[in-house]
Amino acid sequence: MIDGDVQFDANGRLRHCLTTEGLSGDQVREILDLAESFADVNDKSIKKVPLLRGHTVVNLFFETSTRTRSTFELAAKRLSADVLNIDVARSATTKGESLLDTIANLRAMQCELFVMRHPDSGAAHYVAGHVDEAVHVINAGDGQHAHPTQALLDVFTIRRHKPAFADLSVAIVGDLRHSRVARSQIHALRALGTRDIRVIGPRTLLPAAVESLGVTAHDDIDRGIADVDVIIMLRLQRERMEHALLPSEREYFAGWGLTPERLRRARPDAIVLHPGPTNRGVEIHSAVADGPQSVILEQVTNGIAVRMAVMALITGNAPGQPA
Amino acid sequence: MTALAITGARVIDPASGLDRHTDIWVHDGRIAALGTRPPGLPAPEPIDATGLVVAPGLVDLCARLREPGETHKGTIASESAAALAGGITTLCCPPDTQPPLDNPATVELVRTRAETAASAHVFPVGALTRGLEGSYLAPLRALAAAGCVAVGQAGRALRDTHVLRSALEYASTLGLTVMLPPADASLSRGCAHAGVMATRLGLAPIPAAAETAELERILALAVDTGARVHVGRLSTAGAVDLLRAARERGTPVSADVAAHQLHLTEQAVSGFNANAHLDPPLRCEADRRALRAGVADGTIGAICSDHQPHDADAKLAPFARTEPGLSGCETLLALALDLAHTGECDLATTLARVTCGPATAAGLTAGRLEVGAAADLCLFAPDEVWTLSSADMKSQGRNTPFDGVELRGRVRATSVGGELAYRAC
Repeated sequence: MIDGDVQFDANGRLRHCLTTEGLSGDQVREILDLAESFADVNDKSIKKVPLLRGHTVVNLFFETSTRTRSTFELAAKRLSADVLNIDVARSATTKGESLLDTIANLRAMQCELFVMRHPDSGAAHYVAGHVDEAVHVINAGDGQHAHPTQALLDVFTIRRHKPAFADLSVAIVGDLRHSRVARSQIHALRALGTRDIRVIGPRTLLPAAVESLGVTAHDDIDRGIADVDVIIMLRLQRERMEHALLPSEREYFAGWGLTPERLRRARPDAIVLHPGPTNRGVEIHSAVADGPQSVILEQVTNGIAVRMAVMALITGNAPGQPA
Repeated sequence: MTALAITGARVIDPASGLDRHTDIWVHDGRIAALGTRPPGLPAPEPIDATGLVVAPGLVDLCARLREPGETHKGTIASESAAALAGGITTLCCPPDTQPPLDNPATVELVRTRAETAASAHVFPVGALTRGLEGSYLAPLRALAAAGCVAVGQAGRALRDTHVLRSALEYASTLGLTVMLPPADASLSRGCAHAGVMATRLGLAPIPAAAETAELERILALAVDTGARVHVGRLSTAGAVDLLRAARERGTPVSADVAAHQLHLTEQAVSGFNANAHLDPPLRCEADRRALRAGVADGTIGAICSDHQPHDADAKLAPFARTEPGLSGCETLLALALDLAHTGECDLATTLARVTCGPATAAGLTAGRLEVGAAADLCLFAPDEVWTLSSADMKSQGRNTPFDGVELRGRVRATSVGGELAYRAC
C-alpha cells in the first residue's frame, strides 16, 4: 500500500490532494493542463469562473502562512466559491478540541472542501481517512511529509520553461531533511519522468536513506549543481541552528548558498526556483533571487492557477468532468 | 483442593529437556506426577489434550496492566485476563504506572489488586529512580521488601551517567536485577526508525545508534559495577552483535525482544498506521533477521509481549501524536511459535524463550514443568491457523497491527495452580 491510496476514490479518481506520491504522469499532466486553462482566467480583467459556485472552501491553517493561504483563497474566489479562513491559533483547538472534532463542526456547517496545513506529518491523511464521502481535503503542508500543490506549481513553472522532463537535470539544495516541499517535488518530478534528481546539502540536513526516494545525494554544491537545468533552493529555518544541525547562517551560506558564481556552474539557461519565503544571504544571494534566471515570482503567480485546477478536479467540477 | 488430569498431550518442558507424550496429574495445585497416576491420588475427570502441546505457563517480562492511574486503558483484571488468554501465567509489570512504582505503597496496591482481581501471577518491577525521572534513587531496598522482582526504568532511559552507575552499584548491593531500556534519551525523540519509511513520510527519525550507543554505555557500567543487568526490547542488529560479544566476555547481562519485532519492519508504518507506532520503533529487514537469529542462538534469552493496551483515543491523531505501543499478550505465543514453524528454532527452544528463559532473567522459579512445581500450564494447538480479530480480544486495548492477520498456533487452555483459568470456546 502506498500512502497516497486514500486520496483516490473507488474508481481511481483523485478525491483528495494529499501527496504527489503515487500520482501517475498522466494524473500530474491532467492537473497541469487544467491549470494552463485557468492561467488564462487569471490574465483577464474579470478573473472569475463559476465552477465552484455554492461551494464553501475552508482554509484551516494550524501553522502560519501568507503565500499559500492567500493563493488558496484567491484560487477559491476565482472559482466563485465562498471562503472561510479559520485562524486556528485562536480557535477551539487551543481549548483542547481534537482535530476531528474541529472538522466535524465545520462539516456540520456544510463546508465540504478543506484546505489544511498542520505541523504534524500525516495530519491530512488522518483527516481524509475519517471524513464522509462528500468531503475533500487538500493538504497545504503536513509537518515534514508533503506539500503537493507547491510541488505541482513548481513542476508547472518548470514545464513552461523546460517541458522535456525526462532529459532534465534538477538539483534541490538545502534542508531536505525537514522539507515537505522537497519530498513532494521529488515524487512529482519522478512521475513526469525526470531521471536525474540531485539533492544537495550538509549531511545533517539530508534524511536517512535519501537515495531511496530515487535521487542522488551530494554534499558538495559545486559538484552537485554542475550542468543542471533546474535549481530548486529550499528555505533554511532558523531553528536548525538550535538543534546543532548547523553552526551559523553565515557558514551555511558560505557552504551551500546559491551565489552568482555558483550559478555559473549550472547550464547557462538554468532556471532557479524557491518555494519562498526566501532568506536572502542565507540560502540565496539577492543577485540570484532577483536575477534573470530566477522564476520565483512566476511560481507565486502560477500557484493560483494550479490550486484552482486541484480544487476543481478533486471536487469533480473541472470542465469536461462527468457530474 | 485442586486436582486435574491432562491426558494425551505432547508435554514439553524446555528447562529439563522433557519432550514426550504423557499424562499430567495435578494435585493440590502442584504437578503430582507425569505418566501414570500415583496410587492414592484422586482421579478427576481427565481433560483430553490429544493433539495439543502442554508447556509451562508463559512468563512475560514486560506487560503493562495500566493500574494504578490509567484504568481507561486497562485494569489488572482485564489485562491479566488477556495474559491468560495468551497462555501467560506469570508476568512482570514495568514501573511506568501513574504514579510510578517508586514507593512500597503503590507496589503493595498492585500486589493486593492482583491477588484479588488476577489469577495470573503478577510481579511488579520497581522504579530505579524516583518518579522514573533519573535524578534520585528510588528506595530500592523497600521496593524489594514490598515484593518487586527487579527494578528498572520502564521505557525511560537515564540521561545522567553518574546516576546510572550509582543506581547499578546500589542495586547490586541489594542483589537486584536492573532492567534498562537500551535507548539513548536524546536520540530517541522521534517516532519512526531512521530509514526509508521515516524519510518518505517525513516522520522524526530514531537512528539505530540510539540503541547501540546506549547499550554500549550500559554494558560498560555493568562490567564496572558487576550489577546484574537485563536490557529489554532490543530492536537492532547492532545491539544483537554487541550483546553476543558481551556475553562471550562473561558480562552478566540478559536481554529480551518484543515478539512483534521478530515479525514487522518499518514497512508496517506505511499509510501512517498508528497501530505500528511502537517504542522502540520497527526497524528494517536486516534488523528483524538479526533479532530472530539472536533468539535462535540464545543471545536473546526471552521474548516478551511488551503489552501496552491503549484506549481508542490514544491512537486517534496524526501519527507522531499517537501513543506508542500495542496490545500484545494475546499474540505472544503465536508470534513466537513462528520461529519453530520456519525451522529457525526447534519447538522446545522456542518455548524456552517464553518460559524458563524469561523466568531465569527475572530470577523467578516459574516457567518449569516438573513434579512438585506449581501447575501453571499452557495448553496450545501448535498448528491451528486462526485470524486475530481485535474485537474479540480480552485486553481492554484493541490496538494491534495484527488485526485480521492469520496466525499459526493457538492457546486452548491455561491452568494456574491447577485451576483452568482460561479455556478457549
